[in-house]
Amino acid sequence: MKPILKVQNLSKDFIKSLDLVAKGLNRIGQNYKEEVVHAVDDVNFSIFKGEIVGVVGESGCGKSTLGRMVAGILSPSTGSVEFDSSQANNKEIPSALRTQMIFQDPFSSLNPRKRVVDIITEAPIYHKLIPPSEKRAFATEMLQRVGLDPDTLERYPHQFSGGQRQRVGIARALAVSPEFLVCDESIAALDVSIQAQIINLFVDLKDKFDLTYLFISHDIGVIEHISDRVIVMYLGRIVETAPIETFVKQPNHPYTQALLTGVPRLEVGKRQYEPISGEIPSPLSPPTGCHFHPRCNFATARCKAEKPALRKIAPAHFSACHLNDEA
Amino acid sequence: MEPILKINNLQTHFFTKAGILKAVDGVSFEIAAGEIVGLVGESGSGKSITGFSVMGLVDPPGKIIDGNINFKGKDLSALSNDQMQNIRGNRIAMIFQDPMMTLNPVLRIETQMIEAIQAHDGSISREDARIRSRDTLGLVGISSPDERLRAYPHQFSGGMRQRVSIAIAMLNRPDLIIADEPTTALDVTIQGQVISEMQKLCRETQTALLWITHDLAVVAGIADRVCVMYAGRIVEQGLVADIIANPMHPYTQGLMGSVPSQNQRGKPLQQIDGMVPSMLNLPVGCAFQNRCNYANEKCSNIQPDITQVADGRQVRCFNIPVGQRL
Ligand SMILES: Nc1ncnc2c1ncn2[C@@H]1O[C@H](COP(=O)(O)OP(=O)(O)OP(=O)(O)O)[C@@H](O)[C@H]1O
Ligand SMILES: Nc1ncnc2c1ncn2[C@@H]1O[C@H](COP(=O)(O)OP(=O)(O)O)[C@@H](O)[C@H]1O
Ligand code: SF4
Ligand code: SF4
Ligand SMILES: [Mg+2]
Ligand SMILES: [Mg+2]
Repeated sequence: MKPILKVQNLSKDFIKSLDLVAKGLNRIGQNYKEEVVHAVDDVNFSIFKGEIVGVVGESGCGKSTLGRMVAGILSPSTGSVEFDSSQANNKEIPSALRTQMIFQDPFSSLNPRKRVVDIITEAPIYHKLIPPSEKRAFATEMLQRVGLDPDTLERYPHQFSGGQRQRVGIARALAVSPEFLVCDESIAALDVSIQAQIINLFVDLKDKFDLTYLFISHDIGVIEHISDRVIVMYLGRIVETAPIETFVKQPNHPYTQALLTGVPRLEVGKRQYEPISGEIPSPLSPPTGCHFHPRCNFATARCKAEKPALRKIAPAHFSACHLNDEA
Repeated sequence: MEPILKINNLQTHFFTKAGILKAVDGVSFEIAAGEIVGLVGESGSGKSITGFSVMGLVDPPGKIIDGNINFKGKDLSALSNDQMQNIRGNRIAMIFQDPMMTLNPVLRIETQMIEAIQAHDGSISREDARIRSRDTLGLVGISSPDERLRAYPHQFSGGMRQRVSIAIAMLNRPDLIIADEPTTALDVTIQGQVISEMQKLCRETQTALLWITHDLAVVAGIADRVCVMYAGRIVEQGLVADIIANPMHPYTQGLMGSVPSQNQRGKPLQQIDGMVPSMLNLPVGCAFQNRCNYANEKCSNIQPDITQVADGRQVRCFNIPVGQRL
């Protein structure tokens, strides 16, 4: 089977330019250099049609940067993101619309001066997917798809609750018949009882419209519930990718293991927390070799010196850890 | 044993232009020495205002209009500002979601910690205060604390800053710590570190801890008892283990069913339909009626009282679903 999305050697560097103080000091003979963040560092993976692939990792590890490149709204420094058009459900849709992104804060991504009916129909009318005369009927249908009352057609974004606004954002994305949704912390800002509503909606839509997802979340419970496969990132690199059952039951990478032990779980109840030590290092000066070595209980001299490659350790299971060489 | 904190029928209201907002409406609970109590609920349910009320930090248009807050036998709501000031940061400390609420960005950590000690103990020498500060930083897992004392807050990561603010809360060995979403902004591995330090502290020094959060799973992992809040009121309280095994209030049940995890894979999450009603415009009767599958006519006419259903277990509902009843 061919993947619908293929990401190869994808990297993004951000240059943190000098602030005024540093520039001033350089003028009097200091030598401050511009710093480079490897936000995403040579990442490779594939996604198959109909999959929900979760991305987890701690703050600053590059999840959003990766998501934005996959959605085509940020250009990579190097590498490529390829979409296999032959597998598209709807071949007439312009390729630029095939991937849509759904953000954490629906408020900042919706134009506050536009009514919902216009927010939803703007792109499809512009791209001539629907005639302007069908605007209201079309918007009504989209609102119903995401579980909103069509009475809300004439409202502005601020007249909705957080959960409803997220539904408007999803309706807008669905309006261009996308194949692929990149969800970046799309439920993080919502109340617990509303999160469940939106998670259920994402799953329903996937089944109804044959969608494929890249689902970014720092919440491992959410990832475990929704994903078929998981990508674990640490400081710009993928350290492990695994089918969900393997991720939960037999995580291979020491970082994934640490992450999973830290997750609070209802069913476990009261327990003694045994934390992994150390801070998340600065992405500006990541540790040498394996980025995780200063916090890893199994680190050896080799881990400090040599970057472990992401290698296949079982079908569909990849991990980047030197320990796998010894076995 | 006498509880350290005993809150009875606390009423904290905001007198806004749009009307009276009952942010805390008749809240009662207790915390014993060394005990960890979780206060859970979604945003706007009144968790923080409950904590602020205990700290004497409610500002106008907010006001405590009724109830009492008994701390080691004293009614805090009757104390003057000066008396309250003396208890704050000394016998009761608060940890905020944003550690910069506690930390001063322009002062070295050392200066802030020494001042916090000397403010409540005029006789301690600067050097002794410094040593205690250093040891407390070590206690919350900050490595090379001697060096770190010289640093400014911005030189620390978010997780380290939160640990410094916890260290400051611990400095004077308070009897009670109120922690308001202390780990919500932290990554999982760092959250684990912070929780582990707090557990150790309560165990070793018998500090009572009120842990405020929207995350039921975190409370399940750390607390002995839990109070679930909805729209300004406690709707259920009891031992964490009991509530997780057998949630009785329809809201608690809904909350638990909506926590995603691998156990629920392939099934839709149980969702609580609808939204939290506006706090300015609560319905007559039960505040949860518009989202409740068990609501009947009585629920829309009469407000349910919180009632004892078993030893240490209280629920505010007329129709505890059959099967959940004890
Ligand atoms: N426009 C930018 N300019 C400079 N650096 C950036 C920019 N965008 C991201 N970065 C840096 O790239 C790294 C990855 O950032 P990214 O936003 O992808 O992280 P993330 O995993 O999404 O984190 P979070 O969980 O906090 O959302 C970080 O070190 C970040 O500071
Ligand atoms: N300064 C204020 N003025 C008016 N209303 C307030 C103020 N602070 C809080 N509230 C209201 O009180 C209620 C409870 O707030 P809060 O305790 O902060 O909720 P939580 O901490 O549970 O999210 C909310 O409805 C909130 O809008
Ligand atoms: S490569 Fe070494 S440091 Fe990195 S995770 Fe594996 S054992 Fe730990
Ligand atoms: S009192 Fe009525 S509306 Fe309220 S929770 Fe119980 S059954 Fe539901
Ligand atoms: Mg992000
Ligand atoms: Mg709060």
